[in-house]
Amino acid sequence: MAIEGLGWEGIGAWPGYRGVGVQAWELLSTAALAPQICVVGSGPAGFYTAQHLLKQLLKYPHHRLARVDIYEKLPVPFGLVRFGVAPDHPEVKNVINTFTQTAHSDRCAYYGNVTIGKDVMVKELQRAYHAVVLSYGAEDNQILGIPGENLSTVYSARAFVGWYNGLPENRDLKPDLSSETAVVLGQGNVALDVARVLLSPLDILRTDITEGSLAAIACSKVKRVWLVGRRGPLQVAFTIKELREMINLPGTRPLLDPADFTGLGDVIKDVPRPRKRLTELMIKSALEKPGEKEAARWASATKEWGLKFQRSPLEVLPAADGKQARGIRMAVTRLEGSGESARAVPTGEVEELECRLILSSIGYRSLPLDSSIPFDPKLGIIPNSLGRVQGAPGLYCSGWVKRGPTGVIITTMNDSFDTAQSVLEDLQMGVLNLSNSKEGFKSVRSILHSRGVHPVTFSDWEKIDAAEVARGKLAGKPREKIVDPQEMLQLISH
Amino acid sequence: MHNRLEPVQTAAVKQGVPEPISLPSCCPCSAAALSKGEVCVGAELKALSAAGWYRSASASGNGGRAGTAPVFQWWQEVTGSDCVSPTTPLPASRVNVVFIDRSGHRIPVQGRVGEDVLHLAQRHDIELEGACEASLACSTCHVYVSQELLDKLPVPDEREEDMLDLAPQLQENSRLGCQIILTKELEGAEFTLPKITRNFYVDGHVPKPH
Repeated sequence: MAIEGLGWEGIGAWPGYRGVGVQAWELLSTAALAPQICVVGSGPAGFYTAQHLLKQLLKYPHHRLARVDIYEKLPVPFGLVRFGVAPDHPEVKNVINTFTQTAHSDRCAYYGNVTIGKDVMVKELQRAYHAVVLSYGAEDNQILGIPGENLSTVYSARAFVGWYNGLPENRDLKPDLSSETAVVLGQGNVALDVARVLLSPLDILRTDITEGSLAAIACSKVKRVWLVGRRGPLQVAFTIKELREMINLPGTRPLLDPADFTGLGDVIKDVPRPRKRLTELMIKSALEKPGEKEAARWASATKEWGLKFQRSPLEVLPAADGKQARGIRMAVTRLEGSGESARAVPTGEVEELECRLILSSIGYRSLPLDSSIPFDPKLGIIPNSLGRVQGAPGLYCSGWVKRGPTGVIITTMNDSFDTAQSVLEDLQMGVLNLSNSKEGFKSVRSILHSRGVHPVTFSDWEKIDAAEVARGKLAGKPREKIVDPQEMLQLISH
Repeated sequence: MHNRLEPVQTAAVKQGVPEPISLPSCCPCSAAALSKGEVCVGAELKALSAAGWYRSASASGNGGRAGTAPVFQWWQEVTGSDCVSPTTPLPASRVNVVFIDRSGHRIPVQGRVGEDVLHLAQRHDIELEGACEASLACSTCHVYVSQELLDKLPVPDEREEDMLDLAPQLQENSRLGCQIILTKELEGAEFTLPKITRNFYVDGHVPKPH
């Protein structure tokens, strides 16, 4: 069937090509209706949101030409999968393969080295795209709010993790590993990660941990790590896989005070399964006689780690030089209420623990990106409903900046899919007005060009990736991360 | 560059049931397959069907018509891949199961003995994620199985239980798809994907545009 006036009659005369001709016409006429969407942040939230959008959009004929562009402030993608997941947990990083597949879609583009809120403003993105999804995570940490927390040997766990994982801004951290006892404030998975990295045999660590930090850890004097929590064993935030790993860490023994766990078995009879299994494992390790192999390992261990409960930090005590820490003073607490919502209340008693290295692991924290975006400083999130930013049509959020900085891959995946559903719904309902055609990256490119910013493409990242893998090979590691952004940019000749 | 083997006129071939055939090393996929002890029949099937030796025996209505695409497709349906181990008995290795997707749609699929449920789902474009690629380091392939099925499956490994602890909406009948290995005993099994979005149109309903 020829389409008059559009010059397809010739093509229509070829039976095999009739379908193609009509399709091409349809494509041309729907190009104007193709949604242009951008995502700010290339960690799991950003990539899972993009993935879900791209997949679902395939189902709607008008949206086959939809585009999803992902912006990232660093040259390199993947956020906490690259910079947060511990070096000895490579399987958790397999998700990078899924994200790489998304980035390779011809309807998706990655633009690194672009800082939203500085190189281009959110309002400018909103002019260029029908929908903007904010998935930029939590780049800061909760502060202790106690005297002495800025002494030189006190660090946030976030910065310490960034240091050993090659996050450019933390590469010069130079943590002081010169004393035997380290205290980690907090009892979540990040606290366990840093304890494990401090105490692991080096051969376990030799993965994609940076060369510089591995060398520093090799010279470390740290032999004992305390994980200190304000509440009790029933309120620990770490999860069972990570606890098991710690209990089985070669060369180490756990220091668990039986008094903390006696009688706990009865209390957990009816709690939900995850809490029950986790507590049972702690009880077993604290109260039961270890098996032969375990007993031998613990007897010959040169390093140790332990859990201290019901201790709330009051002050970091300065050393004689006034610069370093020499210890930490803590309030002994009791619990009011029970379960997840139990509160720690000071009893009046105080205790001191001698240590130099103190790592504060009490939570990550999001920051406002741009003064035009609503932000709740108390909760540290962008106020939203099912991922739709309140009072800001066309603006969405996913991941930690939407929910708060907790959860594992599946939590972020589900919430990103949820946000993507909100965007899809708004597209279908006409809440996002597709008759306003948007230029997408075309207009952002000229803005960036005028400001002297050169975006890094996904294939640029693949060059950096290849270089890291090649350097790693020389050192017997899966990769040697490049920690200097300038070096990354030079590698791709920017 | 591909040496054609002489077509084999066995009774099995005439019925449309192919026998595993060794291919010469110039076959594009045989290098990788042969190193695993497998043989690739895909390319040879193409050659044989072009010569008219194969009739599709599948119920999909291709019967009687020689041609590369229907036969190759049928072969893929039977085996789930282009390559097959010569020791795998073909029809007996099929396991028919049903996925119930997140919108409640029933999707019958055919799996193979020895295949895991995550791999099976992804092969059929069912929306089951496998972030850690079956390393027991996440819970994105979480599925619900029926109680009778639960009793037939081997007890989960401690490591699987540890990861299940983190799965949202954990139920008694929760398992990780990557740890469920298909056996003939699982014929007719149903795997339900948990609803993962809180979004209003959670049933997959697509609202009509204004």
